[in-house]
Amino acid sequence: MTQVPIGIVRFPGTNCDQDVFDAVASVERACPVWLWHKETDLQGVKGVVLAGGFSYGDYLRAGAIARFSPIMEEVARFATDGGPVLGICNGFQILTEAGLLPGALMRNDRLTFVCRPQSLMVETADTLFTWQYERGQVVSFPVAHAEGNFVADPDVIDRLKDERRVVFRYVDDRGDKRLNANPNGSINDIAGVINERGNVLGLMPHPDRAMDRMLGSADGRGIFQGLVEAAA
Amino acid sequence: MKAHVEVHIQLKPGMLDPQGETLEHALTAIGYEGVRSMRVGKWITFEIEGDEPDAVESQVEEMCDRLLANPIIERYEYHVTREER
Repeated sequence: MTQVPIGIVRFPGTNCDQDVFDAVASVERACPVWLWHKETDLQGVKGVVLAGGFSYGDYLRAGAIARFSPIMEEVARFATDGGPVLGICNGFQILTEAGLLPGALMRNDRLTFVCRPQSLMVETADTLFTWQYERGQVVSFPVAHAEGNFVADPDVIDRLKDERRVVFRYVDDRGDKRLNANPNGSINDIAGVINERGNVLGLMPHPDRAMDRMLGSADGRGIFQGLVEAAA
Repeated sequence: MKAHVEVHIQLKPGMLDPQGETLEHALTAIGYEGVRSMRVGKWITFEIEGDEPDAVESQVEEMCDRLLANPIIERYEYHVTREER
């Protein structure tokens, strides 16, 4: 069976790279490949993941410096050509800074670093990354961030809504949209968005930390299965 | 010409600034009354070589737009001071 190489980008300060590596490796046929940020060649990978962490120490703004790393030019080209790209947490921040996804991620409204299991509603199962889920399904992925408050201009927010590009929203355990379910003040409880073409997904919660029921949730598996399937 | 550059960056008006709010509360808590509208920003200074003041200014502006500030959430202003040698 043909292996599907999936690249995992490492910047100085990335710290979820090994979790993502293991998550990718657990999917049948997938073959994780390390990509150092200074590389200028994606080594023929068929999908790319920007893992979480604190690239460049979150200096200036989370993701602001990583976005200019040499590898990002290749990632942008890959995305423009339709290749699947997944950005988790700091990876999502980098994708917005790079302009590959709209909006920006600001400091959490309650000034705390939130680190907890988080219920999410799958708002659209009609994407490369979420077809394993059902629309309206409530899943649990951990969140761990200080800058997850998604903001964008009102017209961008309207477009995201109209084009059904909000992929995940924060909800409470019963799937209700309650004030205290939103961990960071994100507008419309947005937890993850996809680009217009549907091949670049960014989300703050960590599917890579929801890969095993023994550790609380295996709900994240579908994202990686979707990614590998899309890349194959 | 050597120029000294100062860049001031702040969240746009209306953007929630939890740091500013928290500092405002903290100042009130330690006895300073009447503190309002506190915003926390960034102040960046550097030196740059360049012959044409206009070219230096447009370069600084480009730096702000591309990296130093995120125009989606922040606004910036800069001051370029010439240091003649």
